Amino acid sequence: MSDFKHIQTAHCENGVTVNLLQQQGLDFLNEPLAFGIGSGLFYIHIPFLKVNGGPGISFRSMPGAIFKRTCKALDVKVERKKFKSREAAKRYLDQKVDEGIPVGCQVGVFHLMYFPKEYRFHFNAHNLIVFGREGDEYLVSDPVMETTTRLSAKDMEKVRFAKGALAPNGHVYYPVQAGQITEEKLRQGIITGINRNVRDMLRIPTRFAGVRGINHTAGKVRKWRAQHGERKAGLFLGQIVRMQEEIGTGGGGFRFIYAAFLEQASEIFGNDKLIGISEQFTKSGDLWRDSALQMAGIYKGRITDQKHFEECADIMNEISALEKQAFKDLSKIKLG
Amino acid sequence: MKKKELPQDDSPLENFTREVCYVKNEDGKYEKGLSSGWEVKTVALENAWEEIERRTEEAKQKVLNGEASPVLYYLELKLMDLPVLVGYTGFRRWQIKRHMKPAVFNKLSDKKLQRYADVFEVTLEDFKNFNI
Repeated sequence: MSDFKHIQTAHCENGVTVNLLQQQGLDFLNEPLAFGIGSGLFYIHIPFLKVNGGPGISFRSMPGAIFKRTCKALDVKVERKKFKSREAAKRYLDQKVDEGIPVGCQVGVFHLMYFPKEYRFHFNAHNLIVFGREGDEYLVSDPVMETTTRLSAKDMEKVRFAKGALAPNGHVYYPVQAGQITEEKLRQGIITGINRNVRDMLRIPTRFAGVRGINHTAGKVRKWRAQHGERKAGLFLGQIVRMQEEIGTGGGGFRFIYAAFLEQASEIFGNDKLIGISEQFTKSGDLWRDSALQMAGIYKGRITDQKHFEECADIMNEISALEKQAFKDLSKIKLG
Repeated sequence: MKKKELPQDDSPLENFTREVCYVKNEDGKYEKGLSSGWEVKTVALENAWEEIERRTEEAKQKVLNGEASPVLYYLELKLMDLPVLVGYTGFRRWQIKRHMKPAVFNKLSDKKLQRYADVFEVTLEDFKNFNI
């Protein structure tokens, strides 16, 4: 327990993945690598889902996918459990922690008391690591926090049994066994991760997701002002910005993390072309930031004409085209 | 994003944490940077909270006017939606919708009301009588 090393990352799931696997001896692993191997980059404008009447958008793949894929690629066996009974859930966690095993927990953030109140919504796909307990308190390593924190047993039960969409049901998980990671296995993991990401962004058969999904949202943005009025349309834009930039994305809707991944991949494979594609994703991240800035002008009430909404949508169309090209270029590179 | 462009604005994260962003250093390589916040998203978050307050106030007026029951008010106050409240209370969606009508609400047993009161973290008396 005392030798537990807290690692802060941009995103909680990347962080839990990196931290738990480093405990298993995979010292080389870091956030961009885990994110890339787990094919974390994505875009989806979720159809039929309304969040406060506005759009539900995600810039990353499904919760849980990054951890699962990265472990699989690196041949790490994972033990997972969900619970009906709160008592059984606590007994299991206590037992593992007492055995000295750091455990990943899926939690809801509404009752997560070490978060600022402003951030505590009913969001149930947050992840943290429990690495010990003292008296009535658990020692917690939350990857988005700068330092380790603590939670009382009562609060721990609340967050593990939060309700609503993606309810965690006490979900815990931890790697049980990791073999030797050869250079070859790492390379293969990177290749698989890239190919899967190319497929998800270019060839997913729906107009709501991938690079086409970005254009879908752009089309909506053009109509919102007429449909919902300035105030509501502005709130919807604010919602996009929050999904894109809030804690966990590393800025620019995860695009900078992906660019950092490709930079590392370029070194691992000794392939300079990957640096060029990394640059394209940096550009995309910068454009997402520009788009957020433009949207902020609207929801601050400074510029609220239709043409300003059009400008936001134009940037999104530009991003879609840019990412389409970047993934096409990526698919053409022969690695390994 | 370049390291020197990483915003260091005031935000609700102050005194809690700073967040990791990926930035390019002077050598053009990626590294982790820490940001205290970005005004662009702080305003978006503030707006979201103003909207929550507006909805809560609207719900409060509806309860006072006899158009809705306290269930609606607390649902908004606690940032919930129907699936969340279904999860916490164990009531069905259609039941909760009925319970939002004052006429139905006024006939609910204390046992049922207590289930709501527990979830909303208020006393049964305060919940029933809408003492807010």
